[in-house]
Amino acid sequence: MFVYYLELAARSFRRDRALTALMIVAIAFGVGASMTMLTVLHVVSADPIPGHSRDLYYILVDSQRLDSYVPGEEPDFQSTRFDAEAIVRARRADRQAMMSGGNVAIESGRPDLPPFFVSARYTSADFFPMFRAPFAAGAPWTAAEDDGSARVAVITRALAGKLFGPGDAVGRAIRVDGHDLRILGVLDAWQPNPHFWDVSSGRTYGETEQVFVPFSTSRELKLRPEGNMNCWGNEPGPNDNLALDAPCTWIQLWVELDSPDKVAAFHDFLISYSEEQRRAGRFQRPPNVRMRDVLEWLDFRQVVPRDVRLQTWVALGFLLVCLINTVGLLLTKFLRGSPLLGVRRALGASKRSIFAQLLVESGAIGFAGGILGLGVAWLGLFAVRHQPTPYAQLAHLDLPMLGATFGLAIAASLLAGLLPAWRGSQISVASQLKSH
Amino acid sequence: MLRMKDVSKVYRTEVIETHALRELSLEVREGEFVAVTGPSGSGKTTFLNIAGLLEELTSGTYTLDGVDVSSLDDRARSRLRNEKIGFVFQSFNLIPDLDLFANVDVPLRYRGLSRTDRHRRIASALERVGLGSRMKHFPAELSGGQQQRAAIARAIAGGPKLLLADEPTGNLDSAMAREVMQLLEELNAQGTVVVIVTHDPEIAARAQRNIHVVAGIAADLERGPALVRAPAGAADHHQPTA
Ligand SMILES: Nc1ncnc2c1ncn2[C@@H]1O[C@H](COP(=O)(O)OP(=O)(O)OP(=O)(O)O)[C@@H](O)[C@H]1O
Ligand SMILES: [Mg+2]
Repeated sequence: MFVYYLELAARSFRRDRALTALMIVAIAFGVGASMTMLTVLHVVSADPIPGHSRDLYYILVDSQRLDSYVPGEEPDFQSTRFDAEAIVRARRADRQAMMSGGNVAIESGRPDLPPFFVSARYTSADFFPMFRAPFAAGAPWTAAEDDGSARVAVITRALAGKLFGPGDAVGRAIRVDGHDLRILGVLDAWQPNPHFWDVSSGRTYGETEQVFVPFSTSRELKLRPEGNMNCWGNEPGPNDNLALDAPCTWIQLWVELDSPDKVAAFHDFLISYSEEQRRAGRFQRPPNVRMRDVLEWLDFRQVVPRDVRLQTWVALGFLLVCLINTVGLLLTKFLRGSPLLGVRRALGASKRSIFAQLLVESGAIGFAGGILGLGVAWLGLFAVRHQPTPYAQLAHLDLPMLGATFGLAIAASLLAGLLPAWRGSQISVASQLKSH
Repeated sequence: MLRMKDVSKVYRTEVIETHALRELSLEVREGEFVAVTGPSGSGKTTFLNIAGLLEELTSGTYTLDGVDVSSLDDRARSRLRNEKIGFVFQSFNLIPDLDLFANVDVPLRYRGLSRTDRHRRIASALERVGLGSRMKHFPAELSGGQQQRAAIARAIAGGPKLLLADEPTGNLDSAMAREVMQLLEELNAQGTVVVIVTHDPEIAARAQRNIHVVAGIAADLERGPALVRAPAGAADHHQPTA
């Protein structure tokens, strides 16, 4: 029967070409616009580290001064170097890493490749296993290299290719801000988006850092950090901001904890650490700690751009308007065809089969609208990619979104068809036959 | 075949109530060819629509081929209509963008028959009405008489026991009308019960029995002006079939 209903739908389209085209276009634009924005939203709000995002916690302890303290208020959103180093050293979590962004000059020594700047990350050994960074060659450094401020680095495959061509980069030296570092590992393609580990910089989306250096090494070599810094107290000179005991927050601190018990235990540890620091006179405030997993942290920092959410709602609103229009057009179309529906009823079609027939017709319009809507979404995303926003480059239609576009188009058209199809099935057969 | 007892039909609009049928009682038996006559607005079409399960009755009982239809839901009524009843309308009511083959196919589709079974029935129904060579023609390509014959093919393709025709010759000239009447008489001779509403006395005269409806009440003409209350054993009034 379904196939028969499809045949009838095809005939019905031929009978009312203009009206059908109008509905297909309405659905296509509504669905296309919605899918464009939903794709962007999907890209910017996707879980950057699926399967692990609930085990990774962003850690904050409140080390600020007592003045202007409001109990329960949020600590500053980054950590001081002192606290980060102390908490990493305590090793109370399965894994722990402290980190800061940076910007370094790379010299290849090759005449054909002048020095260039790349973004860097200064971090500790657990960073790589904790964030599941895939290695193409070599391995991450270990705690021993952290402790010894070893002159080592991990670089991306892209950078390795640029510097050394297709050959093996592991074991070779890379010149970073005038210092030779030995390459221990080369990362395979790795693009978690957003870069959840550091959402303070303007580079939350897009390429990851290209050079990774032990944090201890970065301090010995005085490599330049990059990102947000918040200082209080007696405003030390600019260089002192980076000192171990500077009252400045600029470090991101992450731990991995794979069970609720461990999370609770770690929370207790942070409280007792804070109390200890308070007794020692470093902390002034009562213990005020935060632990948020990746998704909570992204949510809390409102990493998903507000305008994306807003535009998504606007697009869905547009879809709704298109749907309401489609409801009206379908009503017109079905009621215009009601004399023929009356004939079908007289020949033995039940109300239910008329309803099914008209719903299939609506769904077929949605199917056609979905195909056209894919084109609209493709154009929409093409336009998004030409916007100067950081996430623009990520906006592509992938297979699930393709399926979702069709699903949305068909669901939308079925929804739009419900009322008209019901009305079509309830016609009074006798009066339809009379007026025919 | 068809038995109505005290059937009333009231149309209610905001302003008026129309009593289209008032306690109408009648019976049509197996093998009969019945003409329903009466003045305009007397309720003939209403009677036929109720008989054909296109409309529900307001009160009374209606038994079709032994089934009390008042308790049936829409699905069962539609199924019964599809299997037992064929309709022929004054204005043919062929579906204009379907060719004759597809038009005759419509009731068979709702029957859920197999493809080969449907094809066989369509071919034989169209052959039966003399349109076997016109299967791929569209209604607009046919004369009125041919269209009405195609409509009859559609009505009989499913092998109904009851053929209901509302002024089937009303839109036809007399030659074509005679053609259609002859076809209906042949079908009746082969066992199909035919109930035909007509204004044409000549056609009414060709029926075995006339039921005259006035103001929603039926009277059996051959039985005199008395109201038909009890089932009429009317099959004894044979008219010569021309
Ligand atoms: N859908 C309806 N709503 C309201 N009144 C109706 C409706 N259908 C029929 N009627 C009324 O019921 C009465 C009987 O109508 P019906 O169509 O059965 O007459 P008829 O005998 O077939 O007339 P005609 O010979 O002109 O076709 C009429 O008074 C008509 O106005
Ligand atoms: Mg009438």
